Amino acid sequence: MARKLLLEHINVPGINTFDVYRSKGGYAAVEKALKTLTPEEIVEEVKKSGLRGRGGAGFPTGMKWSFLAKPEGVARYLVCNGDESEPGTFKDRFLMTYIPHLLIEGMIVSSFALGANTSYIYLRGEMMPQIRILEKAIAEAKAKGFLGKNILGTGYDLELYVQPGGGAYICGEETALLESLEGKRGNPRIKPPFPAIAGLYGCPTVVNNVESIAAVVPIINDGGEEYAKIGIGRSTGTKLISAGGNLKRPGVYEIELGLSAEEFVYGDDYCQGIANGKRLKAVVAGGSSVPILPANLFLKTINNEARLMSYESLSDGGFATGTMLGSGGFIAYDEDQCIVRNTWNFARFYHHESCGQCSPCREGTGWMEKVLHRLEYGHGKMSDIDLLVDVSKKIEGNTICPLGDAAAWPVASAIRHFRDEFEWHVTSAYEATTRNYGLAHYADPLNAVVA
Amino acid sequence: MLSVQNTDTPVTFSPELKAKFADVVSRYPAGKQKSALLPVLHLVQAEYGWVSAPAMDAVAEYLSIQSIEVYEVASFYTMYFLKPQGKYMLEVCRTGPCEIVGATPIMEHIEQQLGVKEGDVTEDGLFSWRGVECLAACGFGPVLQIGPEYTFYENLTKESVDTLISDLRRKAGN
Ligand SMILES: Cc1cc2nc3c(=O)[nH]c(=O)nc-3n(C[C@H](O)[C@H](O)[C@H](O)COP(=O)(O)O)c2cc1C
Ligand code: SF4
Repeated sequence: MARKLLLEHINVPGINTFDVYRSKGGYAAVEKALKTLTPEEIVEEVKKSGLRGRGGAGFPTGMKWSFLAKPEGVARYLVCNGDESEPGTFKDRFLMTYIPHLLIEGMIVSSFALGANTSYIYLRGEMMPQIRILEKAIAEAKAKGFLGKNILGTGYDLELYVQPGGGAYICGEETALLESLEGKRGNPRIKPPFPAIAGLYGCPTVVNNVESIAAVVPIINDGGEEYAKIGIGRSTGTKLISAGGNLKRPGVYEIELGLSAEEFVYGDDYCQGIANGKRLKAVVAGGSSVPILPANLFLKTINNEARLMSYESLSDGGFATGTMLGSGGFIAYDEDQCIVRNTWNFARFYHHESCGQCSPCREGTGWMEKVLHRLEYGHGKMSDIDLLVDVSKKIEGNTICPLGDAAAWPVASAIRHFRDEFEWHVTSAYEATTRNYGLAHYADPLNAVVA
Repeated sequence: MLSVQNTDTPVTFSPELKAKFADVVSRYPAGKQKSALLPVLHLVQAEYGWVSAPAMDAVAEYLSIQSIEVYEVASFYTMYFLKPQGKYMLEVCRTGPCEIVGATPIMEHIEQQLGVKEGDVTEDGLFSWRGVECLAACGFGPVLQIGPEYTFYENLTKESVDTLISDLRRKAGN
């Protein structure tokens, strides 16, 4: 069985309460960190662990922490990003619902390491139940002396608050999140300055994903070097993958990075294959923003090597034939799914969620949605396909925040790998409204598709 | 596009509600009370069912900010209702992962059962429904949520939707 660092005790009855969590070794990382380590030593352990941000970008957490400015007499903040709105991603909600103290423990250790005395956990507003769960966990931890003034008699003070958003995907982008936490519209800021220099209220701030912060707990307990032994290459440790779509057993799985993609989809310990005896057509491996891949290219790289669930292997082949691990939001599409419809659905999502600050994103996402809608509903033209590629290229790289790229990539990749399906929507427009294109050749052995 | 809807009903917050506001404001450094805006708007909506212009004006006054600062926020975020809704607002996820496991048929069924279009309110004032974007429950789709507590209903079928609607009717005493 694979090692579990985050979800090991997930099935223990009452693990959501302080007492049961503590009886399973919970809050040992707080004791170790506050009583035996200096903030610098904690940052060093996190660096050694090789932990990379679990929110999507995969930026090394220890390095991010070491960039935090420390001017005299200025408050520093740690803000946990629990906005979790990337389609396909539902791991943070799961973690906070079932084992909330793991996040609280991670927040205490991380805040101590960064020298923050007030920290916020920003959750998307729809997570009202999780807000209640976390507030209860915070109250319990505080009552036991793990939060508040003079924690465990060490002289370290920390107040922890949960902040709800208002329903906006863009607030997952870290500077939009900070704007939102300041009570404003979620318009991303122009960088630089980066939050590490000027973040919340203009003060040095670190923003980290829920899972990244939770991972600090096993890193401190076992040591960064031990953590780094798990996984493969620069993809160290374990990762939560939230698997949805047409799977026999969807859900949240903690995997050791480097697990084979095939094992993840078909293995008994994981998703157990495709639901209803269907075949796999396509996969979005890391949340809606990453390039979609046909089944064959997802399971094998272009060099016919087994694809692994790791940052490097998933991006093997670049955007031509690879994708990204992203947030770990895994979506499986069976043979009955229409790629054009799915691409239109995602384009609508990004158009709806664009904050509207940059014209390429605001106008481009709307344009792509409109063109995809007409392709899906049988009014498309052949030239629409290249028009979409053109629009997506004009958005990519030309916006303030990466939402523009995130909107462009799913469209560009769908056309790159499924162009014949788009063309069929034009040449057989009526038929395309009555049936779907099917599996076609998307699961064929690779040498047959890649000339 | 949403627009702020006016109403003649003046709004004065109850002492209980104001106590909740004060608790929120205490979470931020002095002078940063504007940070309380989103949570306070949630509290207002939970109390009144929606956020009217007078309610926003009262929030602005409470937080010592301009009304426009409240309007621009309330209209940016999708969770705030700028006009009255049904007592139960059924919000169905319509994004990719839910769509491929049958979100559209569920929305069509809800529309048929309630007899109102997306965004409209049933005659008895009990229900509204709308499609919303990804709710981070992609493994358990189709899903819907109902505020103000944002309770989730997962793995929806037409039958489970029917049961939910009749349960809510009973709960409301109809
Ligand atoms: C449009 C957009 C949405 C994002 N949504 C999230 C999110 O929901 N949760 C998250 O942790 N990071 C999200 N991110 C990434 C954050 O900007 C940031 O990189 C991350 O929170 C850093 O934490 P990490 O280093 O621990 O991953 C998003 C980024 C963009 C551009
Ligand atoms: S890229 Fe889109 S979402 Fe990001 S700042 Fe520009 S308009 Fe807003």
